[in-house]
Amino acid sequence: MLKIRNLDVGYGGLNVLRRVSIHVKPGEIVTILGANGAGKTTLLKTVAGLLRAQAGEIVFNDREIGRTPAEEIVFDGCSLVPEGRQVFPAMPVRENLLLGAYVQFKRGNRQAASLDLDHVYGLFPVLKQREQQLAGTLSGGEQQMLAMGRSLMARPKLIMLDEPSMGLAPLMVREIFNIIVKIREEGNTVLLVEQNARSALKIANRGYVLETGRIILEGQAEDLLSNKDVQRAYLGRDL
Amino acid sequence: MYWQPESECMDKDELQQLQLERLESTLSRVHMNVPFYRRKFDEIGFNPDDLRTLDDLRKLPFTTKNDLRENYPYGLFAVPLREVVRVHASSGTTGMSTVVGYSRNDIRTWSNLVARILTAGGITKDDVIQIAFNYGLFTGAFGLHYGAERLGASVIPISSGNTRRQIKIMQDFKTTALVSTPSYAMLIADTMMEMGINRNSLSLKFGLFGAEPWSDGMRKELESKLKIIATDNYGLSEVMGPGVAGECLERNGLHIAEDHFLVELINPDTLQPAKPGEVGELVITTLTKEAFPVIRYRTRDLTRLLPEPCPCGRTMGRMTRIFGRTDDMLIIRGVNVFPQQIETVLFEIEGVAPHYQIIIDRKGALDETMVLVEVSEQIFFDEMKKQSELKETIKKRLASELGISVEVKLVEKKTLERFEGKAKRVVDNRKF
Repeated sequence: MLKIRNLDVGYGGLNVLRRVSIHVKPGEIVTILGANGAGKTTLLKTVAGLLRAQAGEIVFNDREIGRTPAEEIVFDGCSLVPEGRQVFPAMPVRENLLLGAYVQFKRGNRQAASLDLDHVYGLFPVLKQREQQLAGTLSGGEQQMLAMGRSLMARPKLIMLDEPSMGLAPLMVREIFNIIVKIREEGNTVLLVEQNARSALKIANRGYVLETGRIILEGQAEDLLSNKDVQRAYLGRDL
Repeated sequence: MYWQPESECMDKDELQQLQLERLESTLSRVHMNVPFYRRKFDEIGFNPDDLRTLDDLRKLPFTTKNDLRENYPYGLFAVPLREVVRVHASSGTTGMSTVVGYSRNDIRTWSNLVARILTAGGITKDDVIQIAFNYGLFTGAFGLHYGAERLGASVIPISSGNTRRQIKIMQDFKTTALVSTPSYAMLIADTMMEMGINRNSLSLKFGLFGAEPWSDGMRKELESKLKIIATDNYGLSEVMGPGVAGECLERNGLHIAEDHFLVELINPDTLQPAKPGEVGELVITTLTKEAFPVIRYRTRDLTRLLPEPCPCGRTMGRMTRIFGRTDDMLIIRGVNVFPQQIETVLFEIEGVAPHYQIIIDRKGALDETMVLVEVSEQIFFDEMKKQSELKETIKKRLASELGISVEVKLVEKKTLERFEGKAKRVVDNRKF
C-alpha cells in the first residue's frame, strides 16, 4: 500500500531524514519507533504532503505522491492523525467530525457522512455523549479519540498516527491502542509512530527503528521486542 | 507445502523493497557497531547513507575468510558478547579457525530458515528426523536440529559415527528422515546391505544431505538404495549455517532465502559481476543477522543462478549445486580442510620436513585421507618403535587440528615431487 525508498528530508541545511526506506502492506499495523528528534513526525508529515522531500520516492497505492498536494493525498485515502491531536477547539465534537468528512463531499459521497458519524460514535461512545461539547473542553484522551474519529470520517485506506499515546494516562493509552487494533480489524491499514515502544510493538505486525534520521533496524514486532538494543533504548530495560 | 508462504512466495517487487530496507539498515548498523567495517568503508570513502540501490552494493569491498581469521575470535561481532546466545566455530586451532555468533533473534531466524528447507524437502512435523551430523562447534548439527524442532518434528540427535547403531536406531525409532552428508548416507546404505538388513524394515522416506558436493548420479543411487527422496541443501557458518539454500521436491536447483541473504555471483578472477547464466563465485551479504552480519562475503563456492520461476511456487531464486571451489579448501567427510592446516601442524613437529602430500580417495562410501610426510634420514635408521611413535603423533595432531582422522605414511626425504611454482600438494582421486 505504501512504499518509501531512500527518502531524504531536511529543513534548510539541516538533514532530518537520511535515505529512509519503509513499506506498509494492506491490513498491517507498522510502527516506527525512535527517540525524540529521531525524525518520526517529519516522516509522517512528508508522506502526508505537508513537507517536501529533497530526494527519494513515496508510492501510495502504485501512485507516486512525492509532489502531490496534501489535500489530494487525503482524497487518495491517506489520512494523518497529527501529533498533539490538533482538534478545532472552538467547534463542537460533532462539527469536528463532520469536517473530517469534507473529502467525502468532494467525492460526491455526502450521504456517507451521517453513516460514518454513527460508526465513529460506535467506536468512541464518549464522543456521542459529548457531541455538542466544544472540542477544546475535552480531556486529552477524548481529544485523541476525536482526532482519530475525524480521520476515520474520510474513509481512509491508510491511517497514520503520530504519537497517539503522548501525554495520556496509562489506562487511556491502553484504550487507544485497543481502538487502533479495532480500526485495523475493520479493514484499515495503520502506520503508527510512537515513543511508547512497548505498547506499539504489542499491537504491530512489523516495526522500524529510526535513529538520528536513519532506519537502523527492521523486523517483525516480536523480534524487535527481543532485540536488546531496542529493549535498552526504548523499553527502558538495561540488562 | 511452505513453512513461511508469505516470504517464500513473495512478490518480486516486494522482495526487492524488503532487501533494500534490510540492506540499508544492516549497513547503518555495521558502520556503527563493527570497527572493521567502519574502517573498510572509510578507506574507500563510502558512507552507508550513499547506498540507494541494491546494485550500489558493488561499491563495497569483499569480506574474506582471512578477515574472519584475523579478527579471531570476537572482532567482527556487532553486539556485545552478553547478547550472543550461541557461538559456533570452524575447525582448527592454528589461527585457521573462524568464530561466529548468534543473538536470540538470529537463532529464531536460523530455525525458521532451516524449517523452510526441511518443508521444501517434503518433511513435516509428523516426521522423525535422525540428525547424523557431528554435534559440536560445527553449525551443521545444531542448525538442522533447531530447524527440525521448530518444525515440530521428532528429533533424534544421534550425531555421527557408529553406523551399525545408526541403522538399529533407524529401525527401532522409526526414523522417516535422515539428515547427514551424502557420503555418510551412502555408508549407511552399504552397511545395511552388509548387515543383510531389508530396507523395508525401515520407515525412511526422506533424506536431506549437504556439507559436501555430490552429483545427481549419487542422488539417484541414494534414492534407489534407501528408497527415499533426497534433496540437497547449502549453507556456511560464516553467513549462518545450513538453511541458506535448499532444494524443493522439484530437485532442480536450491532455493535461496533471498529475504535474508543478498546473493551476488562474481567472476573470481576479475571480481566483477558474472554474466547472466555464467558460472561464478557466490558472494553473500546478510540482511537480518544481528550478532554477526557480513557484507559481501566471498564463499569461494562456484555455482550458477537459475532465474526461471520454479513450478513449486516459491519465488525465491535458485542456484545450481556447487560445482567446486575457487581456493584450495577441501571438503573431506563434510569437514572443511585447508592444506595449510596440515603444513602448520607438521612444522610444529620435530623431525618432520614441511614436504607432504595429501591423497584423498573414496573407497566405497566414505572419503579416505592419506597424508604422506617426508621425514629425516635419522628416523628411518631409528627403531621401528620411534617411527611408529612419530607416526602416531602426527596422526593425533592432524586429527585434532582438522577434525577428521587421517592415515599417515612416513616417506624418505626427496621422494615427494618438488614444485617450481605453486605446490600441488593435493591428489584428489574422488569423482563426483
